[in-house]
Parts: sequence; C-alpha cells; structure tokens
Amino acid sequence: MNDAAWETLSNQAVAVSGLVYFLAFIAHLWQWASLRKVPVGRTAKVAVGAGVGAVRSRRSTVERNGGWDEDEVEAAGGEDAVRRVAMGERLGVLLTVIAVAVHGVGLVSRGLAADPNRVPWGNMYEFTMSGSFFVGLTYLVLLRKFRLAWLGPIVTGFIVTVLMVDVIWLYTPVAPLTEALNSPWLVIHVVSAVIATAAFTLGGFTSVLYLLKERAERKAAERVTAGAGEPGEPVEAKGYLARVPDLVGLDRLTYRLHAFAFPVWTFAVLITGPIWAHEAWSRYWNWDPKEVWAFITWVVYAAYLHARATAGFKGRNAALLALVGLATLWFNFIGINFFSSSSMHSYAAPASSTVVVEGAPPVAIDLPPRA
Amino acid sequence: MRDEPVFTDQTDDADRPTDAPTDAPAIDPGAAPTTGPGSGRPERRSGELTFVEMLRWTWRQLTSMRTALVLLLLVALAAIPGSVIPQSGVDAFAVGQWQDRHPNLTPLYERLGLFSVYDSPWFSAIYLLLMVSLVGCILPRLRVYARAVRAKPPKAPRNLSRLPDHAAYRTEGDLDALRAEAARVLRKRRYRIIEEPVGEERGGAAVVRAERGYLREAGNLVFHLSVLVVLVGFAMGSLFGYQGGVITLVGGGFSNNLSQYDDFDPGSLWSADDMEPFAFTIDSFDIDWYRSGPAFGQARGFAAQLTYVEDAYEGTEEKPYELKVNHPLSIGSTDVFLIGHGYAPVITVRNAENEVAYSGPTIFLPTDTTFRSFGVVKVPDGLDTQVGLSGEFYPTYAFDPDRGPYSVIGEAQDPRMSLTVSTGDLGMDTGAPQSVYALDDSGLELALDDEGNPFRLDLEPGETLDLPDGLGTVSYDGLQRWNRVQISETPGKLVALSGVVLALLGLLGSLFIRPRRVWVRVRPWPADGLAGGAGGPGDDVAGAGPVLVEIGVLDRSTGAGGGDEELAGILEQLRGPDADAHGSENEISGATATDPAADTSEKEKS
Repeated sequence: MNDAAWETLSNQAVAVSGLVYFLAFIAHLWQWASLRKVPVGRTAKVAVGAGVGAVRSRRSTVERNGGWDEDEVEAAGGEDAVRRVAMGERLGVLLTVIAVAVHGVGLVSRGLAADPNRVPWGNMYEFTMSGSFFVGLTYLVLLRKFRLAWLGPIVTGFIVTVLMVDVIWLYTPVAPLTEALNSPWLVIHVVSAVIATAAFTLGGFTSVLYLLKERAERKAAERVTAGAGEPGEPVEAKGYLARVPDLVGLDRLTYRLHAFAFPVWTFAVLITGPIWAHEAWSRYWNWDPKEVWAFITWVVYAAYLHARATAGFKGRNAALLALVGLATLWFNFIGINFFSSSSMHSYAAPASSTVVVEGAPPVAIDLPPRA
Repeated sequence: MRDEPVFTDQTDDADRPTDAPTDAPAIDPGAAPTTGPGSGRPERRSGELTFVEMLRWTWRQLTSMRTALVLLLLVALAAIPGSVIPQSGVDAFAVGQWQDRHPNLTPLYERLGLFSVYDSPWFSAIYLLLMVSLVGCILPRLRVYARAVRAKPPKAPRNLSRLPDHAAYRTEGDLDALRAEAARVLRKRRYRIIEEPVGEERGGAAVVRAERGYLREAGNLVFHLSVLVVLVGFAMGSLFGYQGGVITLVGGGFSNNLSQYDDFDPGSLWSADDMEPFAFTIDSFDIDWYRSGPAFGQARGFAAQLTYVEDAYEGTEEKPYELKVNHPLSIGSTDVFLIGHGYAPVITVRNAENEVAYSGPTIFLPTDTTFRSFGVVKVPDGLDTQVGLSGEFYPTYAFDPDRGPYSVIGEAQDPRMSLTVSTGDLGMDTGAPQSVYALDDSGLELALDDEGNPFRLDLEPGETLDLPDGLGTVSYDGLQRWNRVQISETPGKLVALSGVVLALLGLLGSLFIRPRRVWVRVRPWPADGLAGGAGGPGDDVAGAGPVLVEIGVLDRSTGAGGGDEELAGILEQLRGPDADAHGSENEISGATATDPAADTSEKEKS
C-alpha cells in the first residue's frame, strides 16, 4: 500500500470507528432506558430477611452486570426485560471493543501514511485521536477488573464527541514530523502523557458522578427529613445515578484511577519531558507555558491525593479538586496550543509562526554594538 | 474505642488539634491575677500566648496537612501568570514587545515581578513555605516511622465485628492448632505475626496479630524527601549554570568565553572561571529540503559538521561531530545545541570614490518558515553621511499583487533582497547598547524616490545598485549561511533527575503498598450466643466442641480500600477453596466497607 492509500484507510477507519462508538452509545442508552422504570434495591429489601448471604449475592450480580440486578429487572418487567437489558449491555460493550479496534487501525495507518513512517503524534489531530483511543482502551482494560459497564454510555458518548471535534476542526493532512519532534523520546513522552490523560479523564467522569450522586443523596435525605412521603416508606431510587456504585465505591474507583494516572503523569512530565527538553532545547525546564501547565496539573493532582488523606477535604472536596485537575489538564492539552503563541509545544499553530526553527526562540535583541 | 491502641496511633494525618485557643475571651483587668506566686512574670490573660507558644502554634499550623494542601494549590495558582505573561528568562524579545504594547501596565507588572514570576519573591515565598511545611511534616514522621517499623502488631480490639471488614465462622478443632494455621496463612501473605496462645487473653481465646505494608510509609517519606533533592538540583542549575546563544557563520568558529556570546544568561553564583575552554568551527552545514508532498518547502533535517577541541589552551586533539537537533554535543559538563539557522547575504557598500565602507556576510533573521528574513546594514563611516540599510531577504523570490513580495520556500533557489535606505544619525555614538538586527530610526530619515515612495534597492546576487544622492553603491556579492548555537551548562541536572526518579519510586510505594492489620481470634463457641464480645463470663471452656473464628481486617491506606478483598482472600485460604465464603451455612456474619461512616470513622480519628 502506498502512503495515500494508508491515509485514506486512516480517515475511513476513524469515520467507521466514530460510527461504531455511536452505535455502542445507542446500545447503552437502550439498556439504560429499559432500566429506567426498574426501582433500585426492591429485591434487596426483600432479601434482608432471608439473610446476609442473599444480600451478598445481589451485590455480586449487580457488580457483575454493571449496576443492575437480574431479579429486580425481572420483578419489574419480566424475563423479556432482563434479556433486553442484558442484550443492550453486551451489545454496547461488544461494539465498543470493535470501535476501539478500528480506532486503533486508524491510528496505526495514520503513522504508516507518513513518509518516512512515524508514530502518529505529530499534531493536534493526531494527539486528540490518540487521547480518545486511550480513553476507550483504558476503559476496556479496566472493564472487568472494576466492573465498569455502567460507565459505557459516558465513555462512548465522550469519544464520539471528541472524534467529531477532531475530524471537523482539527483535521490536518499527513505530514512528516517537524525536526524537533524527531526523537525516540517522542514515543515515551507522548505515550505516557496520553495514557495518564486517559486515566485522569476516566477519573474525572467518576468524580462528576460522585458529585451528582452525593447531591442526589443529600437532596433525598432532605426530602425525608422534611417529611415528604409516608414515614417508614423509603424513597424509591430510580435512574442512572441510583445504579452507579455507591459513594464509597465511586470514591475508591476515582482514587484508584488517579493513583494509576499520577505516577504515569509524573513520569511523562517530570522525567521524560525534561530529559527530552534538555536534548532538544538545551534546558531541561524552560518554564514554557505547556510545562507550566503540566506542572500545575501535577500539583493539583498531588493536592487531590493529599486531600483524600486530610480530614475535612475528603469526598466532595477531593472530587472537586480532581475536576480542577482535569480542567487544567484539558486546558493544557487544548488551550495552550491555541492561545499561546510563545509555547514551544504549540504544534497546532499554523505554519506561519515566527520561529527560526521549531523550538528556537528568536534571537535576543539587546546586544552591545559590534565593533 | 478510644482506649484501643490500634486506632489511636495515626501517622497518616498530620493534622493536630491546635494547642491554643485563638479567640481569647475578654477578662476584667481587676480580676484575680492568673500568675502563680513568685513567677515574676507579667499578668497573662487566658488565651494569650507567650512568644515560644506562639512560635510553636505557628509551627504546628504551618506543618499541618491542611496548610500543605493550601500551599500546594497556591503554588499552582501562582504559576499561572508566568504562562500568560511573557517571561524575561524565557523570551526576552516577547517581553519587550509586550511592554511596548502595554506602557501603562508595565511599571506595575515590573514591580510585581510578573515578567519573571518564577524568581519573584512572592513565588519563592510560597514554595519555600511549602518546603518548610514539608520538612516540618516529614521530620516527626521519620521519628514515628523509625519506631513503627520495629513495632509489633498491636493488640486485638475487643470486638472484631466493629472493624470495617470482618467475618466470623464456626468450625471445630483445637484452638491453638487453628491459631497456628491462621498464623501460617497470614505469614504466607507476608504479614508480620504475633501469636497469643490460649491463656494470654481473657476468655480462653487464641489470637493472631498481624500487620503488613510497613514500606508504604517509607515510600511516602522517600517521595517527600526526594522533592527536596529535586529542588537542590534545580537550584544548583539556576545558581551555578549558564545559558548562552551565539550566531556563527558557517565556516566561522567559536571559542567558549564570555566575549563571544550574543546573549548570555548566567546563574547568580556563576563565575567565568568555570567555563569549559572548548572551541569549535562549523565546517559545513547541510539541509535536506522536502521538494514535494505536504511538507513541501520544509526542512527534513539539518546538520552542522563541527570540528572541536575540548581544551583550546592545551591544544587537545581535534575531533569531528555532527551537530543536529535532538543530538547535542557534550563537552565536559557543557552541552552545545544547534537550534536554528538562516541566511547571511554578503553585502558590500562603497562610497562615491569606489572605496569599501562596509563589506561582509550580514545576518538576516527569519520571520517565517519560508525563511523570509529581516536584516540591517549599518555604515557609520566612509560615506558622506551615516547610512542604514534595512530590508528583507527572500530565499526563493515570488511576487503577488495582493501580498507583495514573498518567499515560496526556505531553500535558496532564487534569492533576492529588497532594501530601503535611511540617512542621518545611526545613534551608535551614544554608547548605549543597540541591536545589530534593527535600526534606531530616531535620528534617521528614510530616503524617498521621485514619486515620494521609499527608495528601494531590489538586488539579485552579483548585482550592484546606486545609493540615492550619489552616496555610493551597494552590491549583493553572494550568500552564506549561519547557525544559531545554544550553549549551556546545567550543574545538578543529574541530582534533579535522580531526585525525580526516587520520588517516582517512593510515590509508587506509597500508592500501591497496602498497609493492613489483621486479627484472628479463635475461641470456644460462646454459651450465650454471639451477642457478647470476647471475655464474657462463662465461655472460658477450652477443649473440644464448636469453635468460633473471628477475623478482622483494618485497611490503613488512605482510602484505596480493598480490605474486603483481603478478607475474602484470607477466608478462602483459611477455609479452603471449597468453602464458599458467601453461601456457606457456617457463615455467621460478614461485612464489607459499604457504610461510608464505617469506612471513614477509623481514619479520621487522629
């Protein structure tokens, strides 16, 4: 295959994967729409009398199924409902697997389309494509371990959106790497930064869910104390928020995602970044806007990890900090490239930037007169 | 549960209650003196602090975890201006441009140090406070850890079912044999074990106390200490290092001393004696241009062939080196980088008598990626008046009615120059520093042609054109190239690197090592059922009969959880894979940390 064919393949693969992500999104929506009328925890309340064992087994099917219990669904909608919900979830996950695979093909062929062949990390289009790919991949890798199927609608919806933005606004034809990027450190530095970004992003989703769920529970508790409803009759929880893991579980999952992402981020921005900067730009730390924001992100996430260990900052405040961290991360990923003309990382800038060579500052002006 | 030693030694949280009330209630001065007899000290109101107490209070505040958190966020916040406002240490040129555009804000910003945020007193104050807070937090923890590392697993809490993760089951057998089995399982799971045979604890129970994950706190401490190491390395670089740049013509040479640099940025403790005495010449420079495809006109790569000597005074051996982007030359502790290149047309200015007033390759600075470049020629002597030429160089000239002249690509396929002429006073006699790349036009007058447009000299290679008013001629004799070379010495870079690597290792330890305590209590099946705790009267009947095994797990990590998984694992090993921990009829109770209150209550106690 020649380069043009690879480029076409890449573009088609990205389009197809976007479509399949969208179908996966629809499948998950279908699943959750079917679950909409099923109250959460009805069978669990019945089961309490039957002993601890029953509660545990409910927990485990809920976890295995990603937030829903077969008995509950059957009680509310019969066997058809169970089949529909299970089908929706399985279809959603299967389509996500296919979409991520096709997405990966798009990424690889993008690299093969360049002459000489290279890693697909040369401009914003490719960074965004890789970032969304790793969000999907990380989700799939963790799907079984953390039983994340309930995150399916959010992840697929997010990736569809990001890919659309990427293709519509950020598309750049395949071009060779600029000289400054031509280094083995590109692979190590960018891969680790993108993987950390993906995990932080997933952690951001669970933080948002934590905040929403916390708010919903607080509101529900207020309603109960305000005397709404008959005393003794528990408020029936329905809908998506009632089915995501409880606050402790969400908080723990958020922490685990961040605990994974933070060392990777440290490696990317504080080890490989400076080593490469030293080789390419002669200083390992330049206070370049991108570096500054990577540092800010690092500090905010360090504060998040601290907050979880500090009384009074746990839970809600920690989740808020995680979201502040995500905001700085995304601002750095997107914003700096467009808003900062002076950043040596601004690969999204049009080719007419005032540079001697990519990465070299213009020559200093205040010089003594030459004899 | 406060009397249980298990829950009171809390090293994870540095928050301590303040030992002094902050709001002093007003006290009637006529009230009985609060000072003791013979103390001789002035009267103190309640809540008033002595100097030492004040110091101690301040220290406790500063080293609290909450303060560290606030300082961390402050560092993040304080770093933002430096990414928005141009920094003189990063791009002095951009700072100058910014200051020209904002004449009103500039004095204020200068006073606030906003053009060098990262050296400014307020930024330094924040990170120094953070470091002090860190040291103040770490030192006591080092002491605590030194004790904790040797400490034995603590006594079992009286009631294991009040732990967040616990289980109990009924079995049969000898108490001490069951205890030994539990100890074996826990030891295999790499716990530190203390066994208490029957008789040591009241109630005829045998107990296993187990603890693991001692290295987590070590990782935590290593991480925090490494931050200091990084800071030391970074400080070494900025105090003793330097960075300088020079534009050297291809064919020209450079020797490493201060007078040769175009720009030079030394650290505050740097001394010129520390400079490595190397020298190099740029023998040739090659660029590989893309002549087709999407990157048409860009450079595929470029390289300068150097010949260098490590010690120009000693006259050491000459060595060749290919200098490229991402491929610096290291000489001793100094690194030489190729970071840019451009064109230097050879220009000669002659006076009316055909005597040379100026001649030589003149460096033009690129203004875009097509290497359309800007440069000036200053001729202070030799003509009837001082003359300044300024204008643009186009490596591959093209003309567009809308855009005017431009360069198609960076490669010099059809190089042209277009210069304007200014006459008058170049301002070079005042002694003030002046850029060699720009004209000071305050004393200059732009020469105009007959129609009142600026007088232009459009030159092709080899061409000679007349200056206005019979001043003389200008010739474009040829084209040379220049390289911009950056030279820097950064002491302490390996210190900083080892610091970060250590910090990462410590971080991994502190995040992924799970500190846990486990207690297993084996006792005869209590006569009064399961209501009473251990030590109830009437159940000290050792011997054959049903046995109650209780297991409690305390996860001491800061919220990673996983105590339930650990409990499940221990249960499986104790009872064999066949015994289903969830469905067995022998199962009495089990709980995992699903209750938020149960999960947090033990850890918040400090």
